Amino acid sequence: MSYLANLAKIFVASAFVNNIVLLQFLGLCSYIGLTDNMDASIGMGYAVTFVTVVAAAVTWIIDHWILIPYHLQPFLQIVSFILVIGSLVGLVEIYIKKMSPNLYKSMGIYLPLIATNCLILGVTFINSMHNFDFVESIVEATGSALGYFMAMLILAGIRERLRNSELPDFFKGKAIAFMVSGIVALAFMGFQGMIK
Amino acid sequence: MKKYLKIIWNGISPSNPVLILAIGLCSVIAVTNSVKNALLMSFAFSFVLIASEIIISALRKAIPNEIRVPIFVVVIATFTTIAALLARAYFSSIYEAIKLYILLVVVNCIIIGRAEAFAYKNPVIDSLFDGIGMSIGYSWVILAIAAVRELFGNGTIAGLQVFPSAYKPALVMILPPAGFLVIGVLVGWLETTLKKKEAKK
Repeated sequence: MSYLANLAKIFVASAFVNNIVLLQFLGLCSYIGLTDNMDASIGMGYAVTFVTVVAAAVTWIIDHWILIPYHLQPFLQIVSFILVIGSLVGLVEIYIKKMSPNLYKSMGIYLPLIATNCLILGVTFINSMHNFDFVESIVEATGSALGYFMAMLILAGIRERLRNSELPDFFKGKAIAFMVSGIVALAFMGFQGMIK
Repeated sequence: MKKYLKIIWNGISPSNPVLILAIGLCSVIAVTNSVKNALLMSFAFSFVLIASEIIISALRKAIPNEIRVPIFVVVIATFTTIAALLARAYFSSIYEAIKLYILLVVVNCIIIGRAEAFAYKNPVIDSLFDGIGMSIGYSWVILAIAAVRELFGNGTIAGLQVFPSAYKPALVMILPPAGFLVIGVLVGWLETTLKKKEAKK
């Protein structure tokens, strides 16, 4: 298989077939917590996409240029990745605030929330487990983040409709969000046959 | 002694981390498709939680307030690494199945939350018992969910046949979507019980 086809396969796999939220359960806190507001979901989606891709690039460099050559990977990987992501989020926040106040206004408030989002760390671990090269890691990160964005938009849209519909008392609030996600996840499992 | 029992009981029921506080749900949904996975996850989680609470509580006077969160994270990450390496050495087949979620114990909101809310403010012995209580609270919930899902999804509990072999397993119960459905029912049940309790008052 050619290299480009391989990249396309990684992208489809991470965005649809193994959707990071619905089928791998990463980033659930913000997924359930923020989707009762469409604007917040969109802002969070942009911020997560951006940070995930940058974090995947930086952690790949650390993994392959420092941790693996010096045989530190098994016991320093977790510590170094989490610290890098934490400080990266801080740096990105300062940079955006300085360079583009408008962008900062729209996604700035979500940036501190991201440092504890397990999706970003999860994607970097997935990259390292599959031994992806640099480009593959970026593609995997983009696909996963867009998968997250898509899941956020789907659930936010559905919850907007649910607000005007009559639900049994039992399901009001978060419960229905989980049930709906379950059904959406069931639909996403239909993508499973796309990749062999 | 009574005080310690009270701290432990607090973790098991009144402020159960999973059920009442509803945090750290990623791993709860992901590992509850079989009892064995849930068992390994609860061992790893308990080890990391108890050990980091002890260390953070012992160092609480030395940790400056401004940089406490990065220090918590480094302590938790160290114990997560130890837990992951131990799990890989002794339970390698289960570890391979839930590897990602064991590594992600490091960003589990329950652990950082307990470090911040309890261990940073209380003496070592209290923190030890808080860790034990919270671990039991987390473990019984995920083991119970795992038992239900495995029973209906596979007819077994921890690999032992429970339902007669004529039972056709509802495969969806061990697939990802049912994780959401089971948690949804659980959250709904909890919220309605809490509302009823409040209405009584």
